[in-house]
Amino acid sequence: MSIKKEEIKKIAHLARIKVSQEELDQVEKKLDGIMTLIEKMQEVNTESIEPMSHALDIDQPLREDKVTEKDIRDKSLSLAPHADKDLFIVPQVIE
Amino acid sequence: MLNLSLKELSLALGSKKFTSVELTQFFLNRIKKFNSSLNAFITIDEEKSLAMAKKSDQLIQSGSKSCLTGIPIAQKDIFCADGWKTTCGSKMLENFIAPYNSTVIKKFNESGAVNIGKTNMDEFAMGSSNETSYFGTVKNPWNHDCVPGGSSGGSAAAVAARLAPAATGTDTGGSIRQPASLCGFTGLKPTYGLVSRYGMIAFASSLDQAGPMAISAEDCALMLEVMTGYDNKDSTSINRKKQNYTNCLDEKIEGVRIGVPKEFFEDTLNPDVQKVVQEALTQYEKLGAKIINISLPNNFLAIPAYYVIAPAEASSNLSRYDGVRYGYRTKEYDDLMDMYFKTRQEGFGDEVKRRILIGTYVLSAGYFDAYYLKAQKIRRLIANDFKHAYEKCDVILGPSAPSVAFNSGEKQEDPLAMYMQDIFTISTNLAGLPAMSVPAGFIKDLPVGLQLIGNHFEESKILNMAHVYQQNTDWHLHKPKGID
Amino acid sequence: MNWDIVIGIETHVQLKTNTKQFSGAPVEFGKEPNSQACLVSMAYPGVLPVLNKESVNSAIRFGLSIEAEIASRSIFARKNYFYPDLPKGYQISQFELPIVGKGKLSIDIGDDLKEVRILRAHLEEDAGKSSHGVIEGKSGIDLNRAGTPLLEIVTEPDMSSAEEAVTYAKKLHNLVQWIGICDGNMQEGSFRCDVNVSVKKKDTDVLGTRREIKNLNSFRFIKQAIDYEVNWQIERLEDGGEIEQATILFDPESGETRSMRSKEEANDYRYFPDPDLLPLIISDEDIKKIKKLMPELPEEMKLRFEKDLGLSAYDAEGITSSLDVTQYFLSLIDLGVNPKLSANWILGNLFSKLKEKDIGIENSPIPPKKLSSLISRIQDKTISNNAAKQIFEILWEDSDKEVDLIIDELGLKQISDSNKIDEIVDEVMKTNSAMVEEFKSGKDKAFNALIGQVMKASKGKANPSQVASILKEKLSK
Repeated sequence: MSIKKEEIKKIAHLARIKVSQEELDQVEKKLDGIMTLIEKMQEVNTESIEPMSHALDIDQPLREDKVTEKDIRDKSLSLAPHADKDLFIVPQVIE
Repeated sequence: MLNLSLKELSLALGSKKFTSVELTQFFLNRIKKFNSSLNAFITIDEEKSLAMAKKSDQLIQSGSKSCLTGIPIAQKDIFCADGWKTTCGSKMLENFIAPYNSTVIKKFNESGAVNIGKTNMDEFAMGSSNETSYFGTVKNPWNHDCVPGGSSGGSAAAVAARLAPAATGTDTGGSIRQPASLCGFTGLKPTYGLVSRYGMIAFASSLDQAGPMAISAEDCALMLEVMTGYDNKDSTSINRKKQNYTNCLDEKIEGVRIGVPKEFFEDTLNPDVQKVVQEALTQYEKLGAKIINISLPNNFLAIPAYYVIAPAEASSNLSRYDGVRYGYRTKEYDDLMDMYFKTRQEGFGDEVKRRILIGTYVLSAGYFDAYYLKAQKIRRLIANDFKHAYEKCDVILGPSAPSVAFNSGEKQEDPLAMYMQDIFTISTNLAGLPAMSVPAGFIKDLPVGLQLIGNHFEESKILNMAHVYQQNTDWHLHKPKGID
Repeated sequence: MNWDIVIGIETHVQLKTNTKQFSGAPVEFGKEPNSQACLVSMAYPGVLPVLNKESVNSAIRFGLSIEAEIASRSIFARKNYFYPDLPKGYQISQFELPIVGKGKLSIDIGDDLKEVRILRAHLEEDAGKSSHGVIEGKSGIDLNRAGTPLLEIVTEPDMSSAEEAVTYAKKLHNLVQWIGICDGNMQEGSFRCDVNVSVKKKDTDVLGTRREIKNLNSFRFIKQAIDYEVNWQIERLEDGGEIEQATILFDPESGETRSMRSKEEANDYRYFPDPDLLPLIISDEDIKKIKKLMPELPEEMKLRFEKDLGLSAYDAEGITSSLDVTQYFLSLIDLGVNPKLSANWILGNLFSKLKEKDIGIENSPIPPKKLSSLISRIQDKTISNNAAKQIFEILWEDSDKEVDLIIDELGLKQISDSNKIDEIVDEVMKTNSAMVEEFKSGKDKAFNALIGQVMKASKGKANPSQVASILKEKLSK
């Protein structure tokens, strides 16, 4: 199965990565190569196999409900590309 | 100072042969001299390093010293270090000053080790040649035309050229072992969950694991003792008793069963590399180990499965780089959407963008089952292969990389050829197993690494195997020309 | 044309914890922007989530309260989408294996009981807040709320009117406060409903296309939004139009619903198991431990009140309609006053006064202790019901006043001395001999007239039941 330009546009949009019309051919070629590599997976039957998400079979630990974190507002706002009035500023969000 | 092991450095500091400030200055001078050509470090901060050295000297003076106190360690620029620029090799984080310490950095700080600088790496640890770094390629100290391997290429060059006594790396698909192999020193990727991932910038969360990069197995054992331990800030951290890794280094290896998977010696392996590995096996036999033929029948699926799972996780992990709270934001934009698109187009390099796109694709509606779920099932098959293998053997041995260091630019335009670099290392990440690369010979003056893979939590076993080998060979002590 | 309305509700319940779902940052409301956002809330590179134990316990409590199955193994997944108030670019939620499975909640519809099926409840985290216009043409992001623990409770499409939907929402709102997992503060967003609405013709089983009204944070808005939306959908269909699946917002100002503009494309959230979090394992032991600590549920308490205290079904429902009401009632009972009288007073006089003044019972100007001393004076026949109402009004204005003092001051004490009542009755029978004769000749009505005369003669202070029995006795002689 190969990956189509239309699909690349769709996933690039989902991933919020701009792919210009000029880049599209190159990107398609390379992604197609990778997808061909990945296709090899289809050679084996995995019907009754349990998917594996984690390297080890252990349980999720739980945290006591106690405040451990400090206020880091000033530091974090100083790291922002644009901050004002204690807020991170972005172009207008339209709902 | 140049040729001392970590243990010897520690003894010398303890007996006041030299101070940590002197030792740190010595390596800082070496960095000044060699970094312009090697490009191993992204950030050097003399003032900070020397201040740490001063504090370590006070610790030594007061008699409260542990094994790494006062010793300079190079830190891969993937670990957040409070107040240090932490770039992860990306334009996205070019000016990012980390506001906190990763657990690994915290542990080194607490041990009194000195941070000698942040090392270059493939962008977001995605690469096998250090050519995807926004901060330029790193030269292999053995041959400046060659790559050092990746993604921990800066740490690799730093250790090989003795710009630091030891360094940290991270390994998602081979990023400690392949550069260790290509640069001729010892590197270890621990069992998944043994070293905390907190503060280590994520590439593929279920595969990432930090580990030591140093000259010898003994050095790695000392580093590992500092790096490991349960961390309640990382849900995937393993809660088990902290182990001593130096105690069993000298144990006899007589009767140890070495499994040799036939799949590691097929056509993908360079014949010269194969010869080196065979010689190492002969050496082990002489030392009393037993060689057992085993099979890892699903190993050929490791790369395909990895290039689904790792990009899938990465595509999600890298969504936080949106230009809102920190890091790069594009200069001009019309609206929010435009800001996202341009920030991420300009802030990420090509390989990172490729993997984000692949990851987004395999998770998207209609493809999830065929790719992501399938890959997770294959991950299980690969883990099961190892499980069966360890019923017959104690450790598994093979090559670390299919070839020696290759020329810069050689595979840059061919992602698939680059991905093949990790053909022997990736399956252990998928299974979460500990593995290390140990220098085992040279091909035309370029080092070759031997890979030792242990069962879960059997770091001691592979360190013991590596140490005994290094007591009987001197491959790990060879140094590149022109670094004195 | 006859239409059926089909409604399902997804409720975001903010859990009453000290810290966030996946980090030890505080969750206090109304703090300065970005002062409650830690490294994890801000999604700094390298940070990792660790699950809050209290939220897990809360989810288990909820599961037990709706008789649902608690998953022995549940999984956290990432829901991927970009939004400036979503710092990681994904929300940690549960997708395939939620912590709470199928359950049910019964609601009273008129005299009938209707069962609303709960499909699932899962743990997730809240996003931050975007505010607009702080700077001209820009939005400001406050991440204080980012990572706040939520339990999302999803019903089957079992409700068929705005009234049913509101009844369900109220019932759920009561339940989550009752079991102590949510503060119920709707203004602060602790309880928000997304309502799925569709309509279908009565003669078909085929469901219509649904539209989801987002983020309704008052019962009134739920009603208004559904009413508007139902009318809109029916009109559109009757005009030959079609309904497109959509996410819509309700504007309380105009009372209308409208489509959201920004969530343009059909979102592909690319859910996958979060590799930073492991399977959440809950043992039978864990569940047993929590079960032991569960309070009696409103439904159970209601039945017990009917059976043991003799309350009517209506009164028992009213008394258990909210934890605060129940607590008020129980305090009264603890003070030794009659349960039926207590229920009558709470649901009658107290409720109407509270409603009139828009005050919650927990802030009632007349505390249980005061009301108990009033009711006990009715019980011991010191005062009549009418006198008690008079005193109630006085207490409402000033609850510091002593009930007995008011009785004395206003001379409201009933005459319960039988000698005294004897005297009055004798006097009344003497002056109204005609009525006595009428009664004796069989006209029962005359009895009440005589009582009226006695009450009048006692200036309303004679104990009416005593009067009745004495009069009856004397008349039968």
